[in-house]
Amino acid sequence: MNDRNEWLKTITRRHFFRQSGFGIGGLALLSLLDERLFAAAVEGSDPNPLSPKPPHFAPRAKSVIYLFMAGAPSQVDLFDEKPKLRQYDGQAIPEEFVKGERFAFIKGTPKLLGSPYAFKKCGQSAAAISDLLPHIQGIADADWPHFLKASGHQIVGRPSMGAWVTYGLGTESKDLPGFVVLLSGENQPDGGKSCWGSGFLPTVYQGVEFRSKGDPVLFLTNPPGVAPEDRRASLDTLREMNAVHRSDTADPEIDTRIASYEMAFRMQTSVPELTDVSREPESVQRMYGVEPGKRSFANNCLLARRLVERGVRFVQLYHRGWDNHGTSKGDDIVNRLPALCREVDQAAAALVRDLKQRGLLDSTLVVWGGEFGRTPMNEGRNNSQYLGRDHHPRAFSIWMAGGGVKGGITVGSTDELGYNPVEDPVDVHDLHATVLHLLGLGHTELTFKFQGRDYRLTDVHGKVVFPLLA
Amino acid sequence: MRSMLVAALLLWPALARGAEDRLDFARDVQPILRARCTRCHGAEQQRSQLRLDSRTGALRGGMSGAVVLPGDSRGSALFQRITGVLQPSMPFEGSPLPAEEIARIQAWIDAGAPGAVDVEPADKRHWAYRKPVRPEPPAVADTAWIRNPIDRFVLARLEREGLTPAPEANRETLIRRVSLDLVGLPPTLAEVDAFLADASPDAYEKVVDRLLASPHYGERWARPWLDLARYADTNGYEKDRRRSAWMYRDWVIDALNQDLSFRDFTIQQIAGDMLPGATTAQKIATGFHRNTLLNQEGGIDVEEARWETLVDRVNTTASTWLGSTVACAQCHNHKFDPVSQKDYYGMMAFFDNAEYRVQGLGEVVTDKWIVEPDLELAPPEVLAKRDALKAEGEALKKTIDTRDLGAEMAAWERALGSKPPRWTVLRPDRFTSAYTAALEKQKDGSLLVSGPKADRDTYTVTVRTPAAAITALRLEALPDPSLPANGPGRSSSGNFVLTRLGLRAGSETIPLVRAVADFSEDGRSVAQAIDESEDSGWSIDGQQGRAHTAVFLPEKPIRAGGSMTTLTVTLEHTAGSPGSTLGRFRLSATSSANPWGAVAVPEEIRKVLDTPPAARTAEQTKTLTEYFRPLAASLDAPRARLAAVRRELEKVQIPTAMVLRERPGSDRPSTLLRVRGSYMSPGERVYAATPAFLPPIPEGRPASRLGLAYWLVDEENPLTARVAVNRSWEQLFGRGLVMTSEDFGTQGEPPTHPELLDWLATTFTSQGWSAKKLHRLMVTSATYRQSSRATPTLLERDPYNRLLARGPRFRVEAETVRDIALAVSGLLSPKVGGPSVFPDQPDGVWDNPYSKDKWTLSEGEDRYRRSLYTFVRRTAPYPMLTTFDAPSREFCTVRRTRTNTPLQALTTLNDPAFFAAAKALAERVIREAGPEPEARAVHVFRLATARRPSEGELAPLLRFYRDEAARFAGDDAAAWTMVANVVLNLDETMTKE
Repeated sequence: MNDRNEWLKTITRRHFFRQSGFGIGGLALLSLLDERLFAAAVEGSDPNPLSPKPPHFAPRAKSVIYLFMAGAPSQVDLFDEKPKLRQYDGQAIPEEFVKGERFAFIKGTPKLLGSPYAFKKCGQSAAAISDLLPHIQGIADADWPHFLKASGHQIVGRPSMGAWVTYGLGTESKDLPGFVVLLSGENQPDGGKSCWGSGFLPTVYQGVEFRSKGDPVLFLTNPPGVAPEDRRASLDTLREMNAVHRSDTADPEIDTRIASYEMAFRMQTSVPELTDVSREPESVQRMYGVEPGKRSFANNCLLARRLVERGVRFVQLYHRGWDNHGTSKGDDIVNRLPALCREVDQAAAALVRDLKQRGLLDSTLVVWGGEFGRTPMNEGRNNSQYLGRDHHPRAFSIWMAGGGVKGGITVGSTDELGYNPVEDPVDVHDLHATVLHLLGLGHTELTFKFQGRDYRLTDVHGKVVFPLLA
Repeated sequence: MRSMLVAALLLWPALARGAEDRLDFARDVQPILRARCTRCHGAEQQRSQLRLDSRTGALRGGMSGAVVLPGDSRGSALFQRITGVLQPSMPFEGSPLPAEEIARIQAWIDAGAPGAVDVEPADKRHWAYRKPVRPEPPAVADTAWIRNPIDRFVLARLEREGLTPAPEANRETLIRRVSLDLVGLPPTLAEVDAFLADASPDAYEKVVDRLLASPHYGERWARPWLDLARYADTNGYEKDRRRSAWMYRDWVIDALNQDLSFRDFTIQQIAGDMLPGATTAQKIATGFHRNTLLNQEGGIDVEEARWETLVDRVNTTASTWLGSTVACAQCHNHKFDPVSQKDYYGMMAFFDNAEYRVQGLGEVVTDKWIVEPDLELAPPEVLAKRDALKAEGEALKKTIDTRDLGAEMAAWERALGSKPPRWTVLRPDRFTSAYTAALEKQKDGSLLVSGPKADRDTYTVTVRTPAAAITALRLEALPDPSLPANGPGRSSSGNFVLTRLGLRAGSETIPLVRAVADFSEDGRSVAQAIDESEDSGWSIDGQQGRAHTAVFLPEKPIRAGGSMTTLTVTLEHTAGSPGSTLGRFRLSATSSANPWGAVAVPEEIRKVLDTPPAARTAEQTKTLTEYFRPLAASLDAPRARLAAVRRELEKVQIPTAMVLRERPGSDRPSTLLRVRGSYMSPGERVYAATPAFLPPIPEGRPASRLGLAYWLVDEENPLTARVAVNRSWEQLFGRGLVMTSEDFGTQGEPPTHPELLDWLATTFTSQGWSAKKLHRLMVTSATYRQSSRATPTLLERDPYNRLLARGPRFRVEAETVRDIALAVSGLLSPKVGGPSVFPDQPDGVWDNPYSKDKWTLSEGEDRYRRSLYTFVRRTAPYPMLTTFDAPSREFCTVRRTRTNTPLQALTTLNDPAFFAAAKALAERVIREAGPEPEARAVHVFRLATARRPSEGELAPLLRFYRDEAARFAGDDAAAWTMVANVVLNLDETMTKE
């Protein structure tokens, strides 16, 4: 192969992305996006900013299902077993740990709180997993590793990971959004819709919430009295009239509009079909524990599988309620935590199994985790009689399965009390870098210019956690 | 992947060939090199002794010889490096150049590296940092086309490119375009007809002047300004509480309508509070910088939260007035533009001297946030009334909290020991749930709740009023095996939160004055079930699984008779975690004069009572007194009065505006530099100063926020006027002369018409910074009046219309999409200003765990106000607006994106609000046009587009009408609604053409 072809190939793989105008890099995409909607149509190619775009390099995963446990689950009760913590239960935490620390609610010197739950060593990695999660114990085999990570930050207004990924890769689905959000548990996550917002990225990349009440997608249903044939006839009329004007004005933008109305029409059929989990065989429904018609994590897990089957790029599930401070029986680790585990355990494990059975696990990355961890100490706000833990940004656990991650390993560890990471800590930016890497995106290359800065999902941090890769 | 490779190969030669025709170093290559290479190979650094900031430098080469061999790109090191053929590839350790740029450089080299011989410019600063010099409008060949000097600049370029301008747009198109541009609304048919009939030579100018004088002009031009100002009606972050910001929004509309000079518009928003004898309006203007996000989350560092607002104020000021992006200098010196980190904190210092205080709620010290000043805008008598009520309330509170109750308490203690009263169970006759829970009567007269559980529910129970006068009502919360954790509540832990217990006899509301319970969770006493708050209530967490009793006393005994034959008890559950409703309960009444004995006294009180009064410690006496205080009858009157005072206080409406107020003292404002931009790493103290690469604060002005304001609009400032006129151009033409309107720095795009930009900027300032004069100038130009129709050749030649050989054609912005539908259908309310409104919005958009705030649909015309009045909640923006690319207003947005998506199509097709507009439009057409379908079809089309449909458009519309009329079997309004729905969705309806 001569060198011209060689570099053309390089260009193709690494830069077609930009060349096609949906890319990233030094030029301001804000403008390119607009202009390419124009220009691409002139060239007769697809003007849809959500069209699939080639990754930077060969991807291992095509889709991500992120099971976001909003409120932050307690890692020391679920994945990070600490016998010493149990041994010193009730004693004040040594001063050196908490000197200069700033807690959200803890005052004074808190007391250590051992986990009241038993753990089992599971799978090849012999990772210890709490008995609160019997189903997840059961899949803790070759399919998934789990690891600990430390320190994360959230800044309101930054684009969410799903928005970044959809911006980078578009979506394979012609009649579904690229980034879908599913909610269960107590209401919405903190921060409302900005959790899946596009931040400074174009709003076309924001997550589309599939609602469990009413229309799954806003305004999907025709107004009362308008039958599908009325809608079809009205769209035909619209298309015919728009086409006349297209030839009068020669504006290719009109083609884009016509196409968007046709996709809207397809969504009117495909989305209700998709969201109807009762169409699944009973055995599958049982495996997940779904209750058709209800808003539940199990339903959403099954729905997530149906979404990635249809080419949706990023599915984010939120299950809220893990903010177990122990201020009352309703948010403690003795009553509330086991209930939450029951709500998610079976379905999360079923999702991994189901994806595996269908051969989808190789191309789908499943991530389970919250926004930070919980303290190894009891919070004891206002001398509460209930056991609970405060926010802990230093260490927490996340597990991943499928999508090119190596099974049965654990990356990183914490000290005897589970307070600080001691080995191979994985930063939240590292997690993001790794997820992007698995999708074939270089985290330093996926940039967007805003206020004069090339912003990245990983900001100025992040390194790919190579030991995690299969 | 393979098909894309093929696509790239095919595309390649086309790109290269097309660009070869007229290549020029300065225009085609220099911008690329400047953006990509000159950081290391430029004026500051010459790695490998190579400079790429001029053609001479590029041809001269570096340490290892020539890098450009004219005519031989393949042999040129420059080309080999940027393609990676030669290692290390360039840019060194950076992202490779986009293929389009590589192609341009390749084509330029192959064309022989053409370009003018470099002339060393006298002033080496970046063009935007040099003060604009007023250029002479150039001479052109076709002078007949020229309407004003703008056209000379545009035509000169077109003539140079061998292009001719498009013909003038027809009158329907023109009046619709200029109406949408100047007032954001389509023209009425009367306006269209008047314009069509006006044969005078200045017919168009008359339309322009009418629009400039319209009160809707200010609304339309406030829209982009409010994006810059990140205007919103809530604080953002998790709790996202409401704020009173609309007076600032109205100030903007008013200032634009008054054509306040952009100079004063700027000064007042940055430092109106510091002007001598500042007026109320000038103070309200400072709301611009109060629109920052406000973090009120528990556990935050409030000083850091305030610092974040300062960061935002610096970034927003730079984006809005300087078209400059300084955000990167928060952490380090700007890599490309001459903004140092010190410059950044020098700017921040201007804002660090504004007043604020820390406020907290309750005793939990973690719940603190920053409070900046509010301006109370009410007549003095209203303020005086408020102050009097406040004072009275405080006095009453003091009485209630401190009055000595010795004798009364002793009597109560004796009564406690006496015989318990007799209670009669009130057997419910009717009982309902406001939601769909099932209430079932039990043998013992209690009600057991089952079935679907709502987050919030209210039970209503009606009983016959007993014959004997009622002195007290008793509520028993009872356990039951069917309930979670045996109840008595339905929450997962068996708890409930009773927000309010209401009592009516017949239709008369009976005030309940006292309540006592055998047990209450800390902070959720039973008194909260008879207070005004919807966020508090009685709950029993910690003692689930057992029966609990509460007794409520009416103001005076209730006697049966008259209309009071029935008693209605309402049990509201709106506080606590969702679904904390009662699971089983029973109501009873007594006529005993001494109802207290019915309630078991909480354990700690029992202990005190068991101790003889003389033996009690001071602590014990205090505990007992505090327990008794809410029960003391002697305090009923002050308590009732206090409740009334509080109700009255709530009724006193005092509009407030958020403002900046400078801390007193004459010290030069300063702030601490933060190392690597982190609040946690304070560095040296930096004093207020403008960036070193721009002129200093004008002589005689203070180094304060006020000085900054004067500096922004000083005639020596090279940026402000250019940035402002460019944004106006962008609004009218769809794209700025500097396309990157947010970045005039070296990383932004250079202007397509640099002289025109400077001419406009200098004209703007010399005409007193009048936006209306500027807009008039632009929209009366021949350039603006061109038809937007493109020829295929022109589309290929200039797809983005950079050369302006045709008029603008763009989908209108989110707010205008909705405003057009409202205006065309006749629903739109013309009301200008006032508090934000709540038009139709789908249920559930506002669900938020940390806020009980509700979207309460506005009434009457407020449902149909212009979209800029729609309440902006940052964490749950109005879905329709977001779908059409409106930003969330968390940060300053200079330029919105413009997308077309299926979600937009679903919105305008199916959103009940849009369908209601279609319905109203159908009714309007039936009312206004004759009975002939054709007349109606023409009318509906004209209303939406201002023009008559062509045959090719009318035919499908009429055919559709007939089909729908047949389907709806004679329901003509329904058929026309479908037609109107189509017309409102036409590309042309949503497009400024």
